[in-house]
Amino acid sequence: MDDIDKKLLNDYQRGFPICAEPYKVIADQLGLEQEQVFARLQALKEGGHISRIGAVIKPGTVGASMLAAVKAPLDRLEEVAEFISGMEQVNHNYKREHDYNIWFVLNTPGQDELDDAVRLIEDNTGLIVLALPMLKDFHLDLGFAIKWH
Amino acid sequence: MALSEQDLLLLQAIQGGLPLHARPYEMVAQSIGMSEADVMQRLDYLQEIGVMKRLGVIVRHHELGYRCNGMCVWDIPNDRLEEIGQAFSAYDFVTLCYERPRRMPDWPYNLFCMIHGKDRDVVLEQAERLVRENGLEDIQRDVLFSTKRFKQRGAHYGMCSPAKIKEVVTCAK
Repeated sequence: MDDIDKKLLNDYQRGFPICAEPYKVIADQLGLEQEQVFARLQALKEGGHISRIGAVIKPGTVGASMLAAVKAPLDRLEEVAEFISGMEQVNHNYKREHDYNIWFVLNTPGQDELDDAVRLIEDNTGLIVLALPMLKDFHLDLGFAIKWH
Repeated sequence: MALSEQDLLLLQAIQGGLPLHARPYEMVAQSIGMSEADVMQRLDYLQEIGVMKRLGVIVRHHELGYRCNGMCVWDIPNDRLEEIGQAFSAYDFVTLCYERPRRMPDWPYNLFCMIHGKDRDVVLEQAERLVRENGLEDIQRDVLFSTKRFKQRGAHYGMCSPAKIKEVVTCAK
């Protein structure tokens, strides 16, 4: 990864140009051809450094979402995690060091579907879901300053 | 902050990412029957009213060497929540900061923040900085490290069928 890649990762996490040819604008800023910007972004994507050029949406404004957790007995951890990961409504699912050891985020079109998803998990796993909807978002999200060393 | 059907459709259309194409907004516009000019105008507007917090490169922390993420949870007295929530958000290592409900007796924590770090010690040191610099020594708190990522992908609100990413990672002790 060279300095131009690092700039692409660091400087374009917000303020991506909203104009007819945004990649051309970026190319001009970096002294590159547009094709080179495409190639670099594609490589960063394939290398797993970026997931997409996209929007971060304020939670709760589009659809419904909720953080939730369950306490899975250790001998059932994998099975329960697999069930939860397999649900279309789940976009993040992590094991964490706590009695509540499986933490996941549900995203649905509305509140009713959120309730349905919680019920589905409880019915299928026999575990009680700790439901932690967001009440307030304090964070502005200006992107993440990457430290290279 | 009412969103029109068309705004929802637009946000849905870009949730998988903008295409790497000379005219990405035109491609998005075509896919949902809008004009390119309208797409750009609506995105400007959604950004201005804060529905879209940012538009740009979404980095994957783990692949950039930030292999540890610690979810820091705090039982902040209600009358200090606003002040502390705003204070935490100003730290560049805090990547999320939310108020959530307590669930007594099991779960006393009402403030959540996420800290990404290159290893466990860095995350713990940063959590300690939050304690020290905000006078939170007597506050009950915990740091929940992730030890495995079962699944991670962008948010999809059940309207399309994205490729799922399932990976297994560990956080070095």
